Order: sequence, then structure tokens, then C-alpha cells
Amino acid sequence: MYRYDQYDQTLVDERVIQFRDQTRRYLAGELPADEFRALRLRNGLYVQRFAPMLRIAIPYGLLSSRQLRMLGHIARTYDKHYGHFTTRQNIQFNWPALERVPDILADLASVQMHAIQTSGNCIRNVTSDHLAGVAADELLDPRPYCELTRQWATFHPEFNWLPRKFKIAFSAAGGDRAAIRVHDIGVQIVRNDAGELGYTIYVGGGLGRTPIIGPMVREFLPEADLLSYFEAVLRVYNRLGRRDNIYKARIKILVKETGLAAFRQMVEAEWEQIKDSELRLQPGDLDAMRARFDTFDYDPSAASDTSFDAHLAADSAFAAWARRNLQPHRVAGYKVAFVSLKAQGIAPGDMTDTQMDAVAELADRYAFGEVRVTHDQNLVLADVRQGDLYPLWQSLRDLGLATPNIGLLTDLICCPGLDFCSLANAGSIGVAQDIFDLFDNLDDQHDIGPIKVKMSGCMNGCGHHSVGHIGILGVDKKGEEWYQVTLGGSAENDASLGDRTGPSFSRDEIAPAVQKIIDVYLRMRNSEDETFLACYRRIGMTPFKAELYATEAA
Amino acid sequence: MSALIRPGEVLDNRWIDIADDADLPPSGQVILSWARWLSLDGQIPTGDLQIGLRLPNTLDVVAHASQLQSHPLLVLEFPSFADGRAYSQARLLKARLGYRGELRAAGQAVVRDQLQSLQNCGFDSYQLRGDQDPALCIGAFADFSASYQPNLLAMRKRLRPGSHAPLAQ
Repeated sequence: MYRYDQYDQTLVDERVIQFRDQTRRYLAGELPADEFRALRLRNGLYVQRFAPMLRIAIPYGLLSSRQLRMLGHIARTYDKHYGHFTTRQNIQFNWPALERVPDILADLASVQMHAIQTSGNCIRNVTSDHLAGVAADELLDPRPYCELTRQWATFHPEFNWLPRKFKIAFSAAGGDRAAIRVHDIGVQIVRNDAGELGYTIYVGGGLGRTPIIGPMVREFLPEADLLSYFEAVLRVYNRLGRRDNIYKARIKILVKETGLAAFRQMVEAEWEQIKDSELRLQPGDLDAMRARFDTFDYDPSAASDTSFDAHLAADSAFAAWARRNLQPHRVAGYKVAFVSLKAQGIAPGDMTDTQMDAVAELADRYAFGEVRVTHDQNLVLADVRQGDLYPLWQSLRDLGLATPNIGLLTDLICCPGLDFCSLANAGSIGVAQDIFDLFDNLDDQHDIGPIKVKMSGCMNGCGHHSVGHIGILGVDKKGEEWYQVTLGGSAENDASLGDRTGPSFSRDEIAPAVQKIIDVYLRMRNSEDETFLACYRRIGMTPFKAELYATEAA
Repeated sequence: MSALIRPGEVLDNRWIDIADDADLPPSGQVILSWARWLSLDGQIPTGDLQIGLRLPNTLDVVAHASQLQSHPLLVLEFPSFADGRAYSQARLLKARLGYRGELRAAGQAVVRDQLQSLQNCGFDSYQLRGDQDPALCIGAFADFSASYQPNLLAMRKRLRPGSHAPLAQ
């Protein structure tokens, strides 16, 4: 965990006081509704279909057990006993009363949390790899860079009223688990041929109604220049991004309309002016930031445990969980354990207050009191001794949090959809449940193998449908809910946008359509090792189209 | 009635806005639009007329730096509550170009809730939107007692080992 100092704490405390006064003035009729709207959005507060929705920042997905307990407290005290983890590693509460939001923010501030800039046309929560610090394929821990960026972006006076929202993501690993190329700025931390640390910078990726895989704007930016380069990109965008049309206001459109070469030239020219300013990181700055994060005393005897293997051999349910929901850890004798928030009958990413308290307890007992949120809407206990995995699994199973489906078909990601969101055209949670029902059999899911199904209830694309191996987009047709399907998207290193299959499907047809797509894959794959995505890229759309639209053609 | 303020005090506005089709007075302190200024094409009446400029928020202030520096007052425009372009103009004028005259914010965003950000970008004075209470606004510069920006100076300071201990969590 990053630990606040007095300075960080003062800023969030003062933010609570400021928002309390803004809320008071709004309720007293002293602050116009449209202006309060812009101000409340910058504190994560939307007004949704049935009630306000509050989105709370979980910077780069990192939570302490104390913070998770506070989220449980908020769910219990101000909401209907649950919260919803989002695709940007945040959490949303769907039922708080507007008048009580200042109290919620005060509770959050007491555990070094906030809802600052989780919405509105400003720099949003910084996201990163949920395996940061423990992944074997990692160059170094990206989180100190994320925290530096969080502080630079927090209340940045110049960039609080941008043309549109602005999202930054970091990865420092060989495998991109942060979907950096669908962000306004994606940062890959790299080492160049000379052995120096730096960044490859992608600008202008994004989902929504014009999905774009972000192009590379700079292949190597020296380590010290991170914030000055951000500032250059943001200044160009703030000055020149379109403000005449909300659908053309993201930086991706500026990059596209300007042309990559010309855009790059503008950024570089601006950066040239400020790269030697005080934004330049000094030797020691990053070390000092690193020192603000907790380090763990790993048990050197963890690997000598033999109970883990014994339990694997003796308990097939545990073995099934271990196969899907564990990943290797850098330290011998430790594993990364995933807490699945994808269970039958539960909206993907939802968690109750009781589960939050219980997972906080498990984190304290088994994982140094730390929990991470993934952009696939699951949780991770990243540092568990192998000897503790069996009792951890038993506890998670009792909590309904041990569905052994991480990376499989029912580990789908999904926005709140029409059930909660005022922007949505169609429901998504119900479709997720239908898919869950169809693919209930875990053996079948294992046979299908790794696949990412992503679903959004409207083209804003909170469910990242454009980059799902199978993407599902809810659309409204004359008041009815219909679903467009795309195949072959990816948000990882091989990032690509999915291709439309053809005409959309009705609410009754959509889950069976997914079944047909899977049937084609199982029939056509050249071996069990060929994943859905690889198979689609090899065989193309035609066989899928034939299967999906067969009856119409007949 | 729109008030002119700076942190802690309400100011007398000595500058007079001159409409684009009005004649220039022989003396005094006047504010002209950028378009009017361009149309004068350097034909400025002799005498002790001081000219401030009102700039559109689309103007590239760096490209026109030489025409801006000598004016004692520049007014940057916020045409709507959520249009933040003039924030960047202000930073460029003050931090990049070292503009030493008075930088004034005017328009729809010059309200209590944006004053401290405006100040942090280098504005010197604030022509409040008509509905704003100047007595409330002159205190709004103290909402936050510190800032991570503009140049992380404060952060740098606290990153010095031992200067700020982490809080218990």
C-alpha cells in the first residue's frame, strides 16, 4: 500500500469540506443544477435511473484490508449492502442519498480514500496491472509511477475542464493486463538497449462509439520526463481538442483528425519547452516514492510446505480452483489467488458488505492485509503462502467467491446496463445470467479454454465490448433491447478491435448466439491448444456468420 | 453587477470595455477585443491611452507573444462554465512567456468554485460572473491549503527523507 502523509491527507480532508459546502449550496438553491452536476461528477457522484451513483477511486486497484472494510461499512450504512467493482478498478455504489455523500466522502478520507476525479471531463483514476509487484514477467513495479501520476493529476488546475474525460494506464510487464492501448494515454515502462529505464507512450486509444487502438506516439521517453510529457500531451489536448461535439471530444479524435505525425510534432514541440522544468524528476524522487509503499517480509520457508500438493491430490474441487484461480508468484512458495466475483445469480463485479468484511479478514490472515481489484472485475490476494491456500479456498468457497472460472467464459465483464445506468440502451446483467446458465458446466468451460466475453449496455463501452474476444453491445431498436456481436477483439499486447458479425440479436437470441459461436470454435479449432482468439484470427468471420445467420438465409 | 476581485479584496475596476464599433477615447485605460486590436493595425492614437486586450480562448498566445507582452492588462475569456481552454492560455502567458502585466479572468467560469484553480494557473484578478457574491468569493482562494501543482515543488520537498512521515493506515 501507498501510505498518505499529512499533505495527502489534508488535501482529501479539504476536498470533503469543499464538497459538503457545494452540496449545501445546491440544496439551498444557491448553486445552479448544471454547475453542481459538473462539480459532483468530479467527486464521482452521478444521478442515475433510480438514485445517485457514487464511484469511488481505487488508485491502480490497490486496497488495504482496512479500506475494504470501510467499503463494506459504506455498503451497509449508506447503500443496499453491496457494491459493484468496475472495469477501471473502481467501486460504485448504486443507492446512496445525495445529502449523505459528503458523509461517505468523510468516511473514505478517514482511510486514505476518495472519489476525486472518478468522473467528469478531467484526468481520471490511474489504472495498472493487478499483478504489479508479483508478476514474473514484470520489469519493475509500476505502482510508484502510478502514484506519482495520481498526485500530478489530482486537482491539476489547468486540466480540470478538458474537452472530455481522460484515462491513463500503466503496464510494466511483458503481458499487458491493464489494456493500456485502449486508454487516452497508455504507458509501457521499458528498458532501452542502453539499459536505461523509460516509457513507450501510446496516445489516443479508447473504446466508446469510436473504438481505436492507441497509436505509439513515442517509442522511448526517458524515465525523468514522465510528468513533463504528460503535461505536454494534456496541454495540446486542452487547447485543441474538439468541444463542439461530445462524441468527437476525446483525444483519440484529435489524434485522428490532426494525423499522428502532426500530433506527435505538436506534443514534442510543447514538451521541448518544459522538459527541463521542475516537472523533471530528480534522482531519488522515484526511490522516495517507492519507499512510501509497504514491502512484505516473505516467509523463506514457504516453499517447504507439502500440504498444498497433498490437498491438490486429495480434493478435486480444490484442484479445479487452483488450476483456474491461482497464478505463479515471483517468490518461491507463494501464489497469487483470484477471488472470483462471477458467480451464478450475481451481477458480475458485485460484492456484498459481508463478503467485503470477510475478504478483508482473509487478506489480514493470509495476504499481508492487501487486496487488488482487476479490470476484469475480480479481486486478487496477491501474496498467499501455498500452505495457506487450502484454508483460503475453503473460506472463499463458503462465501461464494471461489467459482473456478478465472479467464473462462463465465468470467465475463459487464457494465451495470439498463438495470442501473441512465445511459444504457439495453440490459447486460440479465444476458450475463443467461450465458452463465448456458455454460454452467465447468468441464465444458475448461474445454473451451481461455476466452474473454465483454458486454456493454450502450456504445459508451464501459464493458469494453469492442475488445472482447466475443463482444456484446446492447442497442435500442424501437424501444426493444437488441444486441450486436463482435468477434476477435483484444485489449492485450495483440490489441485489436472486434469485427461485427452482422445484424443484431434479440434478447432471447443473444445467449444462444454465443452458444453457436462457441460451437463453431469447438468444431473448427485445430487442437485444444488453439484458443478462441487464435482460431478466429485463422479462420475468419465466414464460418461464424454461416452458423449465426443460417436460418435467415434458408 | 459583476465585481472585480483578487484574493482577499474587492477591487475598483479602472478599465473600460470599448465596444468594437465605438470610438477610442484619447486617454484612460481601455479594454479592446483582439479583433479590434488587429483591425487597428498599429494605428494607435498618441497620448496616454493604456490598452488592455480581451483574448478569445482559441488564440495561440505563444505564436502572438510579441503582440501581447507590452499590454498592461490581458483578459482571458471563459465562454462557458466547463470550457477550460483559457487555463492553458494563462499558464503559457505566465509560466512560459513570463507575462508581467495583469492577467484577468472573465466569463461564465469565473465563479466561487473555480477561483483557486484560476489562481494556481497564474491569474491576478477575477471579473466575477454577475450572480456571484464577492464577499463569499474573496475567501474561496483558501479551499485548499496546498497543491501538488504546478510543478510538484511541494511534493519534491516532502519527498525529502524524514520531512514527512507516512501516516498510520
